[in-house]
Amino acid sequence: MNPENYLVLSTVLFSLGAVGVLVRRNAIVVFMCVELMLNACNLAFVTFARMHGTLDGQVIAFFVMVVAAAEVVVGLAIVMTIFRTRRSASVDEANLLKY
Amino acid sequence: MTGPATAPLLAAAAYTSGNTGETVVFWVCAVIAVLGGVGMLLSRKAVHSALFLAATMIALAVLYVAQDAPFLGAVQVVVYTGAVMMLFLFVVMMVGVDMADSPVETLRGQRITAVLFGAAVLVLLIAAVGSTVTSSAVGLDEANTAEGGNVQGIARLIFTRYLLAFEVTSALLITAALGAMVLAFRERHRRARSQAEVSRARFRDGGHVTPLPGPGVYARHNAVGTPGLLPDGTTSDLSIPEPIRGRGVMIAADSRDVRAVRHLAVGRPVVSDTAIVTGAGTSDPAGPTASTEEPAPAQGPLSPGPEEQGVVSPAAAPRDDAAPPPDGTEESGDGA
Repeated sequence: MNPENYLVLSTVLFSLGAVGVLVRRNAIVVFMCVELMLNACNLAFVTFARMHGTLDGQVIAFFVMVVAAAEVVVGLAIVMTIFRTRRSASVDEANLLKY
Repeated sequence: MTGPATAPLLAAAAYTSGNTGETVVFWVCAVIAVLGGVGMLLSRKAVHSALFLAATMIALAVLYVAQDAPFLGAVQVVVYTGAVMMLFLFVVMMVGVDMADSPVETLRGQRITAVLFGAAVLVLLIAAVGSTVTSSAVGLDEANTAEGGNVQGIARLIFTRYLLAFEVTSALLITAALGAMVLAFRERHRRARSQAEVSRARFRDGGHVTPLPGPGVYARHNAVGTPGLLPDGTTSDLSIPEPIRGRGVMIAADSRDVRAVRHLAVGRPVVSDTAIVTGAGTSDPAGPTASTEEPAPAQGPLSPGPEEQGVVSPAAAPRDDAAPPPDGTEESGDGA
C-alpha cells in the first residue's frame, strides 16, 4: 500500500487540529487540538521511517510522545490555576497578563 | 534467538507487502480517526471532545502497528489513550463538565476565517507531500530484523545515537512533574476555621443559617434532581445541589406531591392545582414546573388515593407548629 495515503491522513488530522486551536475557546479543548496535531506529526514520522527503511523516525515519534506528555501535565496545571482564580477555563477570559 | 523472533516478523512482513489487509486496516482506521477529529472539533462539551480524541488516538495506534511500529502502537495506547486522555478527563471533571463553549463569536468572522486557513494549510501540506514523495517505500523489514526486532532496534538507537536526547528527556520529565506540583499546589495562608468560627460567621453574615433543605425524595422519587416542595406547593431551588442546578437536569415535581403538600398546608384537600402550578412557575422560572402534569399518568397502576395518604401521614407531625411561619420564612430564605 502506498505510504502517501498515511501522509495525506496525517495532513488532514493536522489541519483539523489547527482549525480547532483557532476556533475553540475552552482551553482544555484547545489542548486536545494541540495533541491531535502532535499525533498527526507522529503518524508522518512513522510513515517516513517506513519509507526510508530506518528506525530513526520511530525514535523521533517516541520523543515527541514524551515531550507531549510533559507539555500536557504543565498545561493542564496552568489551566487549573487559571480556573481557580477566574472560575473560567475560556481562553478569552485570561486577558490580564498584559498588565 | 532467530527462532521465536521470526514468527512475528513474518506476520509484520505480511503487512508491508502491500496486500489488501493493510488497505482495509488503513481505510477503517483512517475513517475513524478523521471522524474522531471532526467530532472533537464540533462537540460543544469538553467531555465529548475528549472521548472523540481518544477514539482518534486508538485508531492511530492501530495504524502504527500496521506500519511496522508495534512498540509505538503500544506506547500510543498506554501513554496517550491511557494517561494523557485520562488526565484530560480528570481536569474536565474538576473544572466543570457543564461548561460548554458559547456559540457566540467574540471576533466577527473568526470561524470562517479559521476554516479557510485550515483548508489552505491542508492544500499546502498535501501539495508539499505530493511533490516530495516520489519513490515507493523501502519498508522496515531489514531495519526491524537487523537487531532482532522492532523494540531492540529502537532501543539500540535510543541508547547510542540519541543518548543525549534521552538523558535530556529525563530532565524534562522531572521539570514537568515539579512544575505541575508547584502550579497545582495551593498554599494555605491562614489556618483553617474551626467549626465554632464557621457557625458564628454564618449567623453574623446573615444568609442561610439552617442547613439547606433536602431534595424532594418522596415515595415517588428518589433522585437528588427532584426539587423539594415548600408548604405552598412551590419548589425550592435551594434543595437542588449546585452542580445539578448548573447542569439543568432537574426533575419535575409530581403534581400529586404538590397537591399533597398543599393539602397539608391549607388543611383541606386541594382538587385543582392550577394556582399552584402558576405559583411554582413564578418562583422557579428555570424549573420544570411546566411539565408537572406529565409524570402523573406514567405512574398508572398505583392508585393515587392511598398513596397520597402514605405520603401525607409521615410528614404530618411537623405541620402544626411549622405550617404558619414557613410561608414567610422559607420564601425569604429562598430569596437570600
